Amino acid sequence: MNFPQELKYTKDHEWVRLEGSRAVVGITAFAQSELGDIVFIEVPPVGKKIKIHGGLSVVESVKAVSDIYAPLTGTVVEVNEQLADQPELVNQDPYGEGWIAILEWENSDETDQLLGVDQYQALALGGK
Amino acid sequence: MTEKKTPLYDVHLASGAKVIEFGGWLMPVQYSGILEEHRAVRTAAGLFDVSHMGEVSVIGPEAAYFINCLVTNDISPLHINQAMYSPMCYSDGAVVDDLLIYRLGEQEYLLVINAGNIEKDVAWIEQQADGFQIELKNLSASMAQLALQGPKAAQILQTLISADLQSLKYYWFWQGVNINGISCLVSRTGYTGEDGFELYCPAEAAVLLWQVLMQAGEPYGLIPAGLGARDTLRFEAALPLYGHELSSEITPLEAGLDVFVKLTKEGFTGFEALAAQKKKGITRKIAGLEMTGRGIARAGYNCVADGKNIGTVTSGSFAPTLGKNLGLALLDIHYAQPGTIIGVEIRGKIIDAVVVKKPFYRRPAATVESSKDRD
Repeated sequence: MNFPQELKYTKDHEWVRLEGSRAVVGITAFAQSELGDIVFIEVPPVGKKIKIHGGLSVVESVKAVSDIYAPLTGTVVEVNEQLADQPELVNQDPYGEGWIAILEWENSDETDQLLGVDQYQALALGGK
Repeated sequence: MTEKKTPLYDVHLASGAKVIEFGGWLMPVQYSGILEEHRAVRTAAGLFDVSHMGEVSVIGPEAAYFINCLVTNDISPLHINQAMYSPMCYSDGAVVDDLLIYRLGEQEYLLVINAGNIEKDVAWIEQQADGFQIELKNLSASMAQLALQGPKAAQILQTLISADLQSLKYYWFWQGVNINGISCLVSRTGYTGEDGFELYCPAEAAVLLWQVLMQAGEPYGLIPAGLGARDTLRFEAALPLYGHELSSEITPLEAGLDVFVKLTKEGFTGFEALAAQKKKGITRKIAGLEMTGRGIARAGYNCVADGKNIGTVTSGSFAPTLGKNLGLALLDIHYAQPGTIIGVEIRGKIIDAVVVKKPFYRRPAATVESSKDRD
């Protein structure tokens, strides 16, 4: 199972790609595997202000409804509109085409809370 | 309470199945994925382990009479080797369970009941049996059941048995069918809306039967299928699931199962309540829903119209074959007509839906295809 080195992660199985003041957010390969076939994604409205750990999105598989949380405090500046018709992109390409939203983030202390790939991998696969 | 396992538990793990707890059992929810398994059953075939289901035998001079007191359908027309579906009700008309009744012999019947209800059903049946000249046996632990379902199911099974499956009609079965040395009961029944078979064998032969069927079916596209796909398949066919469309709070008339409630057969448990309900008219009904707004309706979500709560979703899902989000809901009768626009409350927002006819899916009419044509 793939966990790209250059990304940051959260204990709730989100990944974050920091691009200057923008943070691209999605769910990890582990999360999509646990969920199974994803059939619906609720993306946040552009412009929404979100606090760290606040509700960012809802991802639904056939059997499960899963809340996705904001890894950082910020404002939603872009959402992946492809996911409306192709929710399976989150299963097929969770770190690429399956990205969910982009936040403009502010509080640089918060990035210290993000996990590196080794910490996340241990958390996700540790019990298995 | 530790969960129970079917004889195929290790086989499922070895196939990479994702296992979950269901009704006190550890069962495979999926192998390759729910959507893939669902589509395989609709286009080729899927093999399900349903050994968690329960089996109770009823034998004796009053077996038929007893069962007719127990269930709402009338089993007197049953021939030997024929099966029938029926709800089984409490005296208030609500449902204890829904089940299949197999006539094995002159005075011998087999009841096949839902896995999550085995203990409750056996206690209920034993209580109802008091005073009847019958012998009851709970065979659940010693019997395994596999379901082979899909348009290619008959071709696959035909490679394993000599008798012509074209002569095995829907809701009929054969006993003592030899499949690779295993003695099976093979019925042309199922819970998917496709053609298919349910195969019963001794528990100790289940693993071999599974392997024999998988091997025979592989060239036809047979894959293992789990409870996730079993649910999406029965849902598209609008087949009721106990605990959702049927329960101790819902009557078979409210669930639209009138055809299985024979009000000419007086004296079954629940008869008076159901006859009264039929006469008065039901006030709520299980209806089909199609989401017209963006969202997936799920069991337990509220249904609203005219500013008030008008019912509850009993089952809801993305429907893979139809590519839509659909639902079954117990609605106030005034809102249950196809074409009625209602709302479903999803995470605090009201999302539009419309009542539609059931079933959502019906399999295409059989083509003239001999099951003897082996590729």
